[in-house]
Amino acid sequence: MSSARSVPTRVGGAPALQQVVLTIESAAAALWDRVEVSLDALVGVANPLRHLGSLAFLCFWLLALSGIYLFAVIDTSVDDAWRSIDDLTRDSWWLGGWIRSLHRYAADAFVLFTAAHVLRELVHGRYRHFRRFSWLTGVAVLPLITVSAIGGFWLNWDQLGQYSATASAELLDWWPIFASPFARNFAVASAVSDRLFSLLVFVHLGVPLLLLFALWFHVQRIARAAVFPPRLVSVLALSSLLSLALLQPVQSHAAADLSLVPRALALDWWLLFVHPLTEVTSPGFIWLLAGMLILGLCALPFVPMTPRAAVAVVDPANCSGCRLCVEDCPYTAITMQPHPLLRGRELALVDADLCAGCGICSGACPSSTPFRSVAELRTGIDMPQLPVAQVLRDLQQGLAGTSDGSRIVVFGCDHGADVTRLAGPDCVSLPLLCTAMLPPAFIEQALRDGAQGVVVVSCAEGRCEFRLGPRWINERVSGERAPHLRASVPRERVVQVAAGRGGLSQVIDALSALRQRIDPAHAAKDSAA
Amino acid sequence: MRQLRTWIAQIALYALFALCIGVFSGWPRYQHLDPGLALIKLSLLHQGQRLHDCVTQTPEELAKLPPNMRAPTRCPRERAPISVEIEIDGQRVYTATAQPSGLSHDGVAAMYRRMPVAAGAHDLVVRLRDSARRNGFDHVRSERVTLVPAEILVIDYSAEHGGITLQ
Repeated sequence: MSSARSVPTRVGGAPALQQVVLTIESAAAALWDRVEVSLDALVGVANPLRHLGSLAFLCFWLLALSGIYLFAVIDTSVDDAWRSIDDLTRDSWWLGGWIRSLHRYAADAFVLFTAAHVLRELVHGRYRHFRRFSWLTGVAVLPLITVSAIGGFWLNWDQLGQYSATASAELLDWWPIFASPFARNFAVASAVSDRLFSLLVFVHLGVPLLLLFALWFHVQRIARAAVFPPRLVSVLALSSLLSLALLQPVQSHAAADLSLVPRALALDWWLLFVHPLTEVTSPGFIWLLAGMLILGLCALPFVPMTPRAAVAVVDPANCSGCRLCVEDCPYTAITMQPHPLLRGRELALVDADLCAGCGICSGACPSSTPFRSVAELRTGIDMPQLPVAQVLRDLQQGLAGTSDGSRIVVFGCDHGADVTRLAGPDCVSLPLLCTAMLPPAFIEQALRDGAQGVVVVSCAEGRCEFRLGPRWINERVSGERAPHLRASVPRERVVQVAAGRGGLSQVIDALSALRQRIDPAHAAKDSAA
Repeated sequence: MRQLRTWIAQIALYALFALCIGVFSGWPRYQHLDPGLALIKLSLLHQGQRLHDCVTQTPEELAKLPPNMRAPTRCPRERAPISVEIEIDGQRVYTATAQPSGLSHDGVAAMYRRMPVAAGAHDLVVRLRDSARRNGFDHVRSERVTLVPAEILVIDYSAEHGGITLQ
């Protein structure tokens, strides 16, 4: 029986250092997953670690909306900026002050979620191969976030803004590119003109606009990008930020006074940590650190670490041009082109650079049904490393090799719970590239071939290696999505389990419950054994 | 019961998240400059004198030039570097030289430096050289200054205001 289970292995001939990196990465991923699973048990579907990217997006939308409001109501001249914001905070605390506070806290949360999102993708090695574009555009977002975040403090033009503007200018002056030191603009009060302030406003409007474009590029190659978290997560995150803004409104410091050094600042450590860090090190160190970080992150996808998975292959003779694979591909790797042989028909076309090799397309292909009258199952789009015909053979051979008891077939995912450990005399386990690679008709085929029940083990929601696998297989089995499992298939003999790596106990529980239901005598014998 | 426990955990988790955001958005307070210190900033943007005098061109020299370039005098563009020396209470605390900007070294020279000092009275001497001379300074300002804690004193140069300024 073939197994497609993929454990990261280094590229042949690569130095041992790469294996070390992979080992560290794997350990970090395991640690992260443990935390995630623990939070799953605690808060269920509201686990924020599963929605870090979309939570960052939610904060961005909050920042945009609250920022538009603030831009409309505050004065952007150097003499009146502080007064107008202070008035807003005091006189209109219930609206203006609240929104101002929300703007600040959303910025804090944006940075926090973004940093966690980068870390999560990093430890899971999600920067290689087909993810390279998303990773690199994501790295480009980081400096824009930094500039947007720090620049916002200057517009208030209180002592914190004065400190941040001066410290930022001194940091920029490390580069020998300014004929006049940028910090001179904040040396004396007369240097800070309305013209300079207009430039600062422009920076805080222009850079977030660039950020929006960069985010758009970031999700370009992702189908159905989650730019909003699930409703429950959104409600909880919004409620927490709104409550915080209400309970602890952001207050301005005293107005900026360039004849005095700002002291005892209520520094926003989420956004302004770079200033104290510069003071305890040096501007050169900070630029070196930032440069190494950015270059390192950019270089990661180009380091040959693991071999790339084989990409999907289209068989023109079996592709009907139905577009189901286009609809289901999580990475927009499939487009349609005119069929070279049949006029008026279309043919799927796989972009090898974008293809993740997940096999979701072959699970979506209506030609993957084993009920076709063909000698050898050939489908319209297939995976060279695990063709659907091979899965069918494994299924049939597996069932033929089991005892007559309550035989159960378990379809699993290479990136989820290790179902191969369940294989036994009364259990056929079939690991797939992704559970959504499973054509629903295979479930029916298993039951026809003598299986008493079928367990489909997908990754937990938000933990799928290929993003949409659990959703697609759930919808196909429940009949909401084509190709769907036929209504005549007895649903009481089909069980779906969401279990990530380390979630084998959940699968065993589901398996036992299924046995209990379909064959209590056998289950009792198992228990006794 | 289990659902209730999940709800409570969800609320607690997101409340903890809000607490973290709220706490570190203003705490701990940051003391940028130690109490009892003041700050002297040298923030100078000044163009040095020309390194070479203008030369009156002879008729022969002018004849060799294209008609549109026959200016009667030729003034080399290069400027002198700027050298600054700062003395506080008789101790030299800063000495630096800045080159003129621009490919032809004809632009302004700039200096920026922060110098924390104890608050109180100090004898401050600022010396500035902006010519081709090798020794001595073209501008000197000596003053006894009294700085309160956190006060910023900016040293600059302004020909309009008589040379080295303290503001």
